[in-house]
Formats: sequence, structure tokens, C-alpha cells
Amino acid sequence: MLELRHLEKRYPTGDLALNGVSLRVGAGELLGLIGPSGAGKSTLIRCVNRLVQPSGGQINLDGQDLSMLGSAGLRHARRQIGMIFQEYALIERLTVMENLLSGRLGYTGFWASWFRRFEGDDIAQAYSLLERVGLGGMENKRADALSGGQRQRVGIARALMQSPKLLLVDEPTASLDPKTSRQIMRLILELCHERGLAAIVNIHDVVLATEFLPRIVGLRAGIVVYDGPAVNIDKTVLTNIYGDEDWTAITQSMQATARADSDNSEQANRVSTLADAL
Amino acid sequence: MTTTGTAVPPMLRQWRRPQFISNPLARWAFYAGVALYLVIGIGSLEVNWERAIQGLERGWAFVLGFLQPNFSSRWGDILIGFQESLTMTVTSTALGIALSIPVAVGSARNLVPTWVYLICRSFVALSRTLNEIIVAIFLVAMFGFGPFAGFLTLTFATVGFMAKLMAEDIEEIEASQLEALRATGAGYLQVLDFAVLSQVMPRLVGLSLYRLDINFRESAVIGIVGAGGIGATLNTAMDRYEFDSAAAIILVIITIVMVAEYSSGWLRKRIQ
Repeated sequence: MLELRHLEKRYPTGDLALNGVSLRVGAGELLGLIGPSGAGKSTLIRCVNRLVQPSGGQINLDGQDLSMLGSAGLRHARRQIGMIFQEYALIERLTVMENLLSGRLGYTGFWASWFRRFEGDDIAQAYSLLERVGLGGMENKRADALSGGQRQRVGIARALMQSPKLLLVDEPTASLDPKTSRQIMRLILELCHERGLAAIVNIHDVVLATEFLPRIVGLRAGIVVYDGPAVNIDKTVLTNIYGDEDWTAITQSMQATARADSDNSEQANRVSTLADAL
Repeated sequence: MTTTGTAVPPMLRQWRRPQFISNPLARWAFYAGVALYLVIGIGSLEVNWERAIQGLERGWAFVLGFLQPNFSSRWGDILIGFQESLTMTVTSTALGIALSIPVAVGSARNLVPTWVYLICRSFVALSRTLNEIIVAIFLVAMFGFGPFAGFLTLTFATVGFMAKLMAEDIEEIEASQLEALRATGAGYLQVLDFAVLSQVMPRLVGLSLYRLDINFRESAVIGIVGAGGIGATLNTAMDRYEFDSAAAIILVIITIVMVAEYSSGWLRKRIQ
């Protein structure tokens, strides 16, 4: 569904953030993007909807090359790509409902949005999404009155309001405590399954990434150095992505979660190969 | 005391805050320079005590005028001047704010391309550099005496003032919020409405009210150079040595400024 070909980004400062990244994401596929700070993770997902203008390569979404679109075409294409941010990126002074409805701006004319006269269908969808993310009845609260976890739920709902095919998720849990992080990750993935959405999740917590996301892409200095199933992540792969470090603690906790999963799934044999590899 | 291995610094029991000029010679030279400048500066003042005493007499006449302000003899002029000033203030503030919004957007680095930014910033810089009185003198020369020149002057000053402060506020908006709205496929104006206007609204209202009362004060000042309003009335009274009428005008100005300041402060607090 999404195919990146030789994507390249050089910033005006001369830094090469992406050095020929090629990637295919199938419909409904969930992909975790890991890598050290400065590896180009943020740049990569921002290049997909061209919040960052790539300096070379192609972005193919369902046969349409996004890198060639003009401004109207780009706005049109962006509606299919929802985005979720680390610091939630809500408009603090607006109500929860306005934040949700802002996900429909690409489908709404200027004057209708100026007077906040959105389609009845949009409003109905907003109410049901609020209920789904566990914020029923909060539509008239201002976004700055919510807790971190609640804000991220609004962020998720806003992205889904676009009726996207693809979600770009940028460090969704980096500002949240461990428990809320897991709840938020679970919520995002459940919603992706329910709606058959593909997602690229940029995440620096390796354990969380391998637990929730079946496919992992490792980025280092703008180059894809690993692209494969999460269960194959081991010391060698981590060293390849991040550099030398004692990875025992992390691989052990990854094994532990994998083992817990395997009790009620058919992944058992894959996990045993992982255990052998370690 | 041991002298083994790596150089562990000896336990220091004294610590001084680093001086702002570390070289003591330069530091004392700097202090001496400041002292010398003060001595020479004060020494160069020429005070004409005779003139000062005369001035005291006139000043006393002025104070007496204040004790018995004369509202009645020039009441008509005061009323007309006040009306002109008020009209000038309200119209120039309204037009100035309306014009300042696009200029503010254009002066925000995070919203526009560099060339638009440079043009708008240059305009703001020009408006902020030229003092209202200078602009007023220039516009009075162009459009003649009267409140129209004052209206233009205050509009020009309002645009610079509002655009500069609003642009600073806009530039503080988080990049991710702008990204989030662009990512939904929203158009440029929709991004401005949701991400920018909604967040700078309290400041826009606050600054507008503040500017309204600055404009009223300025309208009194620029009247003195011929731009109409209550300043012109005040100027006439002073020229004729009618200190009692002048005092009445000043009292009116003070009252109105205080009322404007108090009510705008109250409104601003309500809006936050």
C-alpha cells in the first residue's frame, strides 16, 4: 500500500537525515521504527506526509506518488494519513470536540470550519470515537484540562477522525508513565486492527516495540539496518542498530514478554528459536 | 597530606563568585571610567539659576491653575477636542488592529516563507522606529492640520506595535501543533484559525485594549504638533497662558486615561 523508494532528506544545514530509505508497508501492517536519537525516525515519518520535504526518492501511496503532488493534491492526500504525536500536539485552548473535529478539516470548507458548523456525520463519528477511546462525556472540556493519557487519547481520536488508511505515530508514549504507555499502545493497535489500518510507529522503547509490533525496522544514521519480525531482534541486531552496549537486560525482558505471550498464542515455536539464538 | 596518584584538588574552604570582568586591571579601569564620566557629566551642566527662579514663578502660576481649574470658559473647545480625540483613537485602533493581523502572520517565521517575513518585519521595524510625533509632523505636512493626520499616525503606529507583539506570540506556538493540523489536510487559513488564532486570541484582545489606551494618550500628544484632538486644544490654551483651562484639559485627560486603563485591565483579567 505504501512504498518508499530511495527516500533521501538532506537538511539545509547539510545533515543527511535519510540516506536512501526503501520500505514497503502492506495494508493493515503494523510496523515499529526504532533507532538511536538522530537516526532519522522523525524525519522519515514526516517525509511520508511531506511535513518534511524529502530531497529525493518516491513516496508511493496506493499508486500515487506523493512526492510529486502540488499543494491542493497534497492536502487531499494527507487526509488519508493520520498522525499521532509525542507531545499530543492538541490545541490546548480548544475544546476536546474542536480538537477531534479538526481531524475533519481536510473535508470541510473554510467558512464551515470557521463557524464550527461541521457535518452531522462528522459530529456523530466524533461522539462515537470519544466513547471508544474512553473519553465519553468530555467533549466540552478544554484540552489543557486533561491528563497526559487523556490528551493522547484525544490525539488518537483526532487522527482517526480523518478516516485514514495509514497512521503515522511519532513516539506516542515518550511523555507518558509506563502503565499509561502500555494502555495507549494497546489502544492504538486495537483501533488499527478494528479498522484495518496500517501504521508506522516511531518508538524508542525497544521492549515496548517488540511486544506490540510484529515487524520492526531499525534505522541508523538514515539507513535501514534491520527490517524483519520483532521476534528476531537479538543482541547482534541491537548492536547493529544502536552500537555496542550490554543488551542482556533488554533481551531478557523481551524474552520474558514473548514467553508470556506464547502461553496463549501459537508463536511458541518462533519464540523457542529466539531463545536458542540467545 | 598524601601526594599519591591522580591530582585530587585540595579541599578548598573558600569560594568567590566569579567577577563579571575577570581581569582586575580592566575591572578597576572600567569603574574609574564610569566615575570620571559622572564627574565630567555633572560638571558640564550649566544651570541658569535666574531663569530657574523665573520658571518657578510660572510653574507656581500653573499649580495655582490646577488648584482652580477652569472648565467653563473653554468647555466647548474641550468637548470638541475630546470628541475628535476619541474618534481618532477608536477608528485608528480598529483599523490598526485589522491591518496588524495579516502583518503579524507575515512577521512570524514559522508561518511564512522568508521573503514575506523580511518584508513584513521591515514594515514593523519602520513603524516602531519612527516615533508617533515624527510621523504626525510628516502626515500633518502631507494632509494638513486636523484629526485625519492623527488618525493615520495612530493607525500606522498601532500596526507596528500589534504586529510585533503578536508575531512574537505566534512564533511561540509549538511546531508540532502546526504540523498536526497540516497533517489533517487542513488548508492554510484553517490552520491559522485553529492552531494560531485560537491560541493568540487572549493576547490579541489584551493588546488591543492596551493599545486603545495608549492611542488615547498619544492622541493628546500628537495634537500638539497639529494632528487635532484634545492635544490641539491643550496647545492653544498653553499658548495663551490660560493655565486654568490647560489644567482643566489635563485633568480631563488624566481622568479618561485612568478610566480606560482600569476598565481595560479589568476586561483583560476577565478574558484570560
